[in-house]
Amino acid sequence: MSERAEQEKQLIEWLSDMREDEAIALANRMLLEEKANPLRVLEVCRMAMDIVGQRFSQGEYFLPELVLAGEMLEKIGAVAKPLIRHSDGPAQRKLARVLIGTVHGDLHDIGKNIVTFMLDINGFEVKDIGVDVPVQTFLEEISGFQPDVVGLSGFLTLAFDSMKETIGAIEAAGARERLKIMIGGGQIDETVRAYAGADAFGRNAVDAVSLCKNWAAAA
Amino acid sequence: MSAQETGTPASTAPAGGPGYARRWQRIMDCVALRQPDRMPVIMYATFWLAKYAGITCRQLMYEYELTREIAERAIVEFDPEAYNPMVLQSASGRALEAVGFKQLQWPGHGVRDDQPFQYLDREYMKAEEYDEFIFDPTGYYLHTYLPRVAGVFEGFEELPHFPGLHYFRLVGGVRSFAKPRLRQALENVMRAAEEVERYIGHHAAFTERMNSLGYPCTNLATSVSPYDFLADYFRGARGMMTDLYRRKDKVLEALDKAAVFLLRQAVAGAKASRNPIVFIPIHWAPDAFMSDAQFRTFWWPSFRRLMIGLIDADLIPMPLWEADCTKRLEIIRDVPPGKCIYWFERTDMVRAFEVLGDVVALRGNLSPSLMTTGKPAQVDSAVRHLAENVFAKGGRLMLDCAFGIPDETPVENVRAMFDAARKYAG
Ligand code: B12
Repeated sequence: MSERAEQEKQLIEWLSDMREDEAIALANRMLLEEKANPLRVLEVCRMAMDIVGQRFSQGEYFLPELVLAGEMLEKIGAVAKPLIRHSDGPAQRKLARVLIGTVHGDLHDIGKNIVTFMLDINGFEVKDIGVDVPVQTFLEEISGFQPDVVGLSGFLTLAFDSMKETIGAIEAAGARERLKIMIGGGQIDETVRAYAGADAFGRNAVDAVSLCKNWAAAA
Repeated sequence: MSAQETGTPASTAPAGGPGYARRWQRIMDCVALRQPDRMPVIMYATFWLAKYAGITCRQLMYEYELTREIAERAIVEFDPEAYNPMVLQSASGRALEAVGFKQLQWPGHGVRDDQPFQYLDREYMKAEEYDEFIFDPTGYYLHTYLPRVAGVFEGFEELPHFPGLHYFRLVGGVRSFAKPRLRQALENVMRAAEEVERYIGHHAAFTERMNSLGYPCTNLATSVSPYDFLADYFRGARGMMTDLYRRKDKVLEALDKAAVFLLRQAVAGAKASRNPIVFIPIHWAPDAFMSDAQFRTFWWPSFRRLMIGLIDADLIPMPLWEADCTKRLEIIRDVPPGKCIYWFERTDMVRAFEVLGDVVALRGNLSPSLMTTGKPAQVDSAVRHLAENVFAKGGRLMLDCAFGIPDETPVENVRAMFDAARKYAG
């Protein structure tokens, strides 16, 4: 194996094993001292995140690992992104666009962030518009970002009504036909899905990924 | 000390009006793993009271007298075995204002009049501050934490650092109290205390009134698990989760320390209230949150110590295990039998009964989506399911919703819940 390949293997291992200090030091060395292609380094990080995602799906990793993995990725991204030149190669093509946010009145974001993270590492272009998102903001983002899927997150019982209201407004704006809507969050189940008028609900981030994959395949 | 001297749980409860003893006995029977004469039903309501009475959340938080009237009306109408401290948990608007509390938003202070108050998940203690917290929690509170979380304490930064003051330095240390910011802060605290006194006074008067009508309050004291204390109120969700990797040893040290002062506080609070049950809502134990190994290392040991400390003080811990904790059942079984009430939110109650039925009393857990969007007939069959598959099979179940009556629940569903309990379990 070449030295670079060896290094990449090491980076994947340290990232996926949550060895933050070693992983960040190595990524920084590759990027800043050895002038490795930043897109390639990010691609290697993505491979590591795949492993993290798999371990999460298999019940080996939980929230602390996903949050830490996300933060490691952010740190490396902050160094790598300014170094990207056009000549480094084309950006990767994404499976589909997903717009996601926590509905108005609700501030819970841990579950949503994990869904965002998992969709992102599974090849979707995800735009996360935060928490307590007013109906109007969803409408504006839908017309700007043109998502294939809209994900609504909510953990409070008051979110059931916010979801219903948001979906109603999307329908009234004439955008409902063009996209799929999935909902999720602690209390969300089939009863709430029917009440809010969503296409599907997901119990966890793995469900969210398979819903989006199925819809992308059908499109 | 004999049980006589320390007071058995039943004898520490305050005496009350007609029916009080009978209702309280049912709860104590459940705790002691004896069959009560019927399945107790508990009424836990906070902002649902606003829906019930057709007023806003803001009114519920500010109009203390009105809130007391509404809470009384609800309790008398539904006739539960016991109720939660409803006035304390909702009519706090003026007290929050007086204290300048920054960790919550409430109607008129960040949320609409028809919304309940909400906690803000932020980093209230920085990662670099662990050492200060561990070395001297009181000093950390006075100089850093209190001014950060409540406006009324702004100025406390100027307090002298007490440990170390001695001899003439001690005399000189008093000079700090000449500083205008600190003097102002002390005046502000005294003024706020008067409002908080009024707020607690309403709660105490309400509890007295309900006692005289024969209705016990489930608990007057509350506590928190050391892990949740640190995660929710200090480090924030994100900080805490990454600390498990970045600062494992400091986390463990802080948890050990917190377990000691949290226990002292809970024991003192419960003894003063003369009600032995200590309610402990639990946030960070769910299956989805951490691995079995992390749970056994970080979450459970300090919490178990807290519970055992409460039990040793003749108190009854009542943790509310939020979300789904199915995978934790075997671990949390490790407590002495007949001493605790475990309230489950989303964990399947039949499963909880199978694993824990010979160790703890159970409480819960009609689902929030059912209560808010279901029909009375569906509520009826959910109660029937619990009555037949838990209570009738020897589970010491106190019926309740998953986490009390959800704010949006139609009144007819609450009626269906109480009617069904009487229909299927005495
Ligand atoms: C952690 C927590 C908090 C934290 C939130 C931190 C944060 N930054 O998000 C803090 C302490 C701040 C908090 C505050 C409050 N909370 Co809270 N909270 C919780 C708790 C314990 C866990 C929620 C969570 O983050 N889970 C972690 C995730 C990862 O777990 P998960 O659900 O398995 O996640 C998966 C799915 O949800 C799914 N998913 C999520 N979103 C989406 C979206 C889509 C499209 C899909 C497909 C899937 C999907 O994928 C996730 C990843 O696998 C729940 C208990 C519970 N039963 O859920 C209460 C809970 C949600 N909170 C509750 C309440 C009442 C509150 C407060 C109002 C309390 C208060 N009075 O201050 C405030 C509300 C603030 C607000 N307006 O939002 C109640 C809601 C009850 C109700 N009837 O509405 C709950 C149910 C607790 C309870 N039993 O009462 N809370």
